[in-house]
Amino acid sequence: MDNKPQIKRETKNKIRVDFERTSLKERLKAKYLNTYFLTNAVWYIFRLLLLIGVAFVVLKPFYTMIIRSFMDARDFTDSTVVNVPRHFSAIIYKAIIVDLQYFKVFFSTLAFSLACALLQTFSCSLIGYGIAKFKFRGAKLVFFMVVLTLAIPHGTMQSAIYYRFQHMDILGILTFLSGGTHTGIGWLDNILSHIKILPFPQGISTIRTVIPLLLMSATGLAFKNGLFIFMLRQFFRGVPDELEESAYLDGATTFRTFVQVILPLSIPMMITVFLFAFCWQWTDDFYIPLFFTGDRPPFMTYLPSLTQIPQTVSNQYAKVTGSSPKYKQAIQYGCGLMCCTPLILLYLFCQRYLVEGIERSGLVG
Amino acid sequence: MTNEVKAPVKKKKIASLDRAKARAGWLFVMPFIVGLVLIYIPIIYESILYSFCNYTIQDGVVLKEFVGWHNYSEALFGSADFTQTLITGLQEMVFDIPAILLFSLFIAVILNQKMVGRAAFRAIFFLPVVISTGMMESIMTTSFNNSSGSVDLGMEENATEKLESTMALEQLLANIFSNLGFGVGLVEYIAGAVASISSIINRSGVQILIFLAGLQSVSPAIYESCQIDGATSWETFWKITFPMVSPMILVNAVYTIIDSFTTDSNTVMGVITKMYTDAVDGAKHISAAMGWMYFMVVLLVVGLVAAMFSAYVFYQRRD
Repeated sequence: MDNKPQIKRETKNKIRVDFERTSLKERLKAKYLNTYFLTNAVWYIFRLLLLIGVAFVVLKPFYTMIIRSFMDARDFTDSTVVNVPRHFSAIIYKAIIVDLQYFKVFFSTLAFSLACALLQTFSCSLIGYGIAKFKFRGAKLVFFMVVLTLAIPHGTMQSAIYYRFQHMDILGILTFLSGGTHTGIGWLDNILSHIKILPFPQGISTIRTVIPLLLMSATGLAFKNGLFIFMLRQFFRGVPDELEESAYLDGATTFRTFVQVILPLSIPMMITVFLFAFCWQWTDDFYIPLFFTGDRPPFMTYLPSLTQIPQTVSNQYAKVTGSSPKYKQAIQYGCGLMCCTPLILLYLFCQRYLVEGIERSGLVG
Repeated sequence: MTNEVKAPVKKKKIASLDRAKARAGWLFVMPFIVGLVLIYIPIIYESILYSFCNYTIQDGVVLKEFVGWHNYSEALFGSADFTQTLITGLQEMVFDIPAILLFSLFIAVILNQKMVGRAAFRAIFFLPVVISTGMMESIMTTSFNNSSGSVDLGMEENATEKLESTMALEQLLANIFSNLGFGVGLVEYIAGAVASISSIINRSGVQILIFLAGLQSVSPAIYESCQIDGATSWETFWKITFPMVSPMILVNAVYTIIDSFTTDSNTVMGVITKMYTDAVDGAKHISAAMGWMYFMVVLLVVGLVAAMFSAYVFYQRRD
């Protein structure tokens, strides 16, 4: 094909160059009929189908939950209504916000979960960094203990945990100074019981306060913190040592190196840990009921366990005589959705910081 | 002469730097040590003691009686349930863990690529993390006994429906693969994975996020230089991505094992909690003994898997 450009002089200082372009058909052929483009297209379609399929499996129960919570009472007695509601009504949500005091619950849970999650993220990254980057005697043992805290099912220690925090004590010193120590030896107990420096023979009860969970968060013992420490340890081990060495050479202390050099380049990990910690604290149904016995504090985890039908929907509830359990379940679905919506919003917000590929080392090789 | 004097001085300095670093290490893990000594070890001690003893409450006074290994032998040989479910639980684990790991790594790699709607897909794949908590689980699986006889068209029906359709699919897949001449074991594995796809998806939310975070901290400069050298994406995956996320594969393997062993939906945990809640005074210690034995089994499996994996883990540092 002859592609010689034709040059025409239009005016004195202007020339016009005309190319004879290849035909559209040829160009399209060259662009789209090559292996590179085709494999990309096939991969693109496959990827999309796969993601949509998996998203469907994840979203299906959510769809049912959303639909049911928006159904009007009439739809519950109508057996032809299954997946698409005939009458929309947001009365369940009104009931959740007004009767169950959603916003009060929301803000108290937010403050508490935020405190716990930040504490956990910080302490776990400290611990993970300590295990990963410093060689000291017992580092392996500490790491083993971390895996241990993750592996022991919490359920088996339920009563022991409760007992420990009901009789909070520092190595038995408080009890000892208050004369509450029992050794099982008669005469020794007799002498010990006369020590009355402090008034806590049973230790200090921290039940029904936020202290147990804050303490556990600060020491990396809260829900699944072993996983966080393990994750961060693995991550920090992969960070090249040269970064710290250069910081040390510039005269930084270990802690300063950690905060100013290591933390900024581990933002994706830290955000992931924070998200996990926050979400699991937000929906925690093991520790909160364990430590807050008796009264029901305003926490999200109690929202779906309805003790009674909220006032606003009681009329509706009375109407659906045939399928009242279904209606109650719909209210619970509404509660569950109200519970996890803030978490999804938080994730979307944090996503920004989970940017792809941060420049990690700046080192060659 | 001067050289001989200088040498020991230098050596001493290095030793003290090591000591300083060791001290810094202790300071970094100090929060954990404090928590361990003040809170965790006493809890473990009490709990272990509990499994060796027989507590009875008489007139409000707790009587403790040391019974040695009695609770353990009772747990092992007293009821056939425990050992049986333990063995089936282990079998299920051998099946589930590779499936979950492969699936979550695959999805994480896909979600890490640039595409339309990535944020939305990531948010959807984050949902299982929220659902897998006990609270949401209890909402989504509660069924109410309907006294009036009307049919509940909630989750349960959907579940059975899904089960039936996947069963058919499993059959179909098994036929296709066996006609292609694959081994029976592989066919069964793939068919089984397809049948339990919804449980695999719902259990791999955490793993996907961990892999994503691991993938995101790989420097793009490495990929760039690979591309310039002419590596295909297949090669890039095996030579760069895989070694760089291998520390996270170890984490995920350990976590998946522990998680599938200790969730409430695990059959062995079910036996233990049932033992605990149904127990009339004496049997509660048997449940504690079961718990500790189960924990030893979990630890053994985790140790084995960790030892196997850590031979292949790559850390980007010079040791």
